[in-house]
Amino acid sequence: MKELWTLFITFARIGGFTFGGGYAMLPMLQKEVVENRKWATEEELMDYYAVGQCTPGIIAVNTATFIGYKRKGIIGGIIATLGVVAPSLVIIMIITAFIKNFAQLEMVQHALAGVRVCVCVLVFDAVFKLARKSLVDATAFLIFFLVMALSFFTDIPTYLLVISAGLAGIIVKVIFEKTKKSEEAGS
Amino acid sequence: MILLQLYWEFFKTGLFTIGGGLATLPFLYEMQAKTHWFTVNDIANMVAVSESTPGPMGVNMATFTGFTIAGIPGGIIAPLGLITPSIIIIILVANILERFKTNKYVQYAMYGLRAASTGLIFVAGLSVAQIAFLQTDLFAQTHNMADLFQPMAIIFGILLFIVYKVTKKHPILYILGSAVAGMVLLL
Repeated sequence: MKELWTLFITFARIGGFTFGGGYAMLPMLQKEVVENRKWATEEELMDYYAVGQCTPGIIAVNTATFIGYKRKGIIGGIIATLGVVAPSLVIIMIITAFIKNFAQLEMVQHALAGVRVCVCVLVFDAVFKLARKSLVDATAFLIFFLVMALSFFTDIPTYLLVISAGLAGIIVKVIFEKTKKSEEAGS
Repeated sequence: MILLQLYWEFFKTGLFTIGGGLATLPFLYEMQAKTHWFTVNDIANMVAVSESTPGPMGVNMATFTGFTIAGIPGGIIAPLGLITPSIIIIILVANILERFKTNKYVQYAMYGLRAASTGLIFVAGLSVAQIAFLQTDLFAQTHNMADLFQPMAIIFGILLFIVYKVTKKHPILYILGSAVAGMVLLL
């Protein structure tokens, strides 16, 4: 019971301070889930992000369900997900009910401009942390670079990029394995 | 009755949306044309509010729509509909992943996926950086290089990065601090 409450509160805190898409959650997930609570490793977090990009639903929600499920089974998955969306529900309903033209308020715009700079700094820092674990060799770096360039410069859907990267991983590793084996057989 | 219909409409949106929050947008236009629950103008307002408040954008938009149509119950039911497919699908996927995670080919695929994940998050960071540090609209009008950059935001970003690397506190603190800084510096 206590752990379910911790799951809920942790994800509510993350949901309440995520500005932008699911990627903006990453620095907070690293801090709360990987460093503080040790509910998942950095590698697992990356797996959840990658899988969350190819399955239906919003990435932020998918990641929360993954971690909750891993901790406490089905009920954990549900509780963590409810946690990550709870602040949104409360905040949006209050703003919609009481503050007309919230998004047009000048002070809100200035605050958001500040937050965007911060999200940017936090996300890049998070990416460098990930890169140390994910870009383990030249091939991985090449996959990273191709996905980055294609995602930035073309309209290829993200899930296709992710699936191709997965297939590339399998093909490259299998070829590598085969050549290694035949070398051993030859020598 | 309207609540049931809301739940079902957003359930479908959650089931067929792949990726981030803005991917829900086409579904909202379709819903508008079909149900006339809100106007096209409302959608623009929804996007503005969702982008200026914390939380995953898709969840914010669902709450906003549900609340506008059917008050507090609607504001709760609509996002629940949106996240239900995610919860079911992710729990199934997590289950399968757990079972096959020691499989050689799954590990090879993950090697590619992690590199892809890192690339995608890097690109997400780049797109925030574009909005945070550049003024592409103004530059398109004047073609003056000096108009492309937002010097205040860039200086603030560099300072924030240094402070973050030195102090290493919880990301939430920097987000709150940056909101205040944005208002004070009129970023």
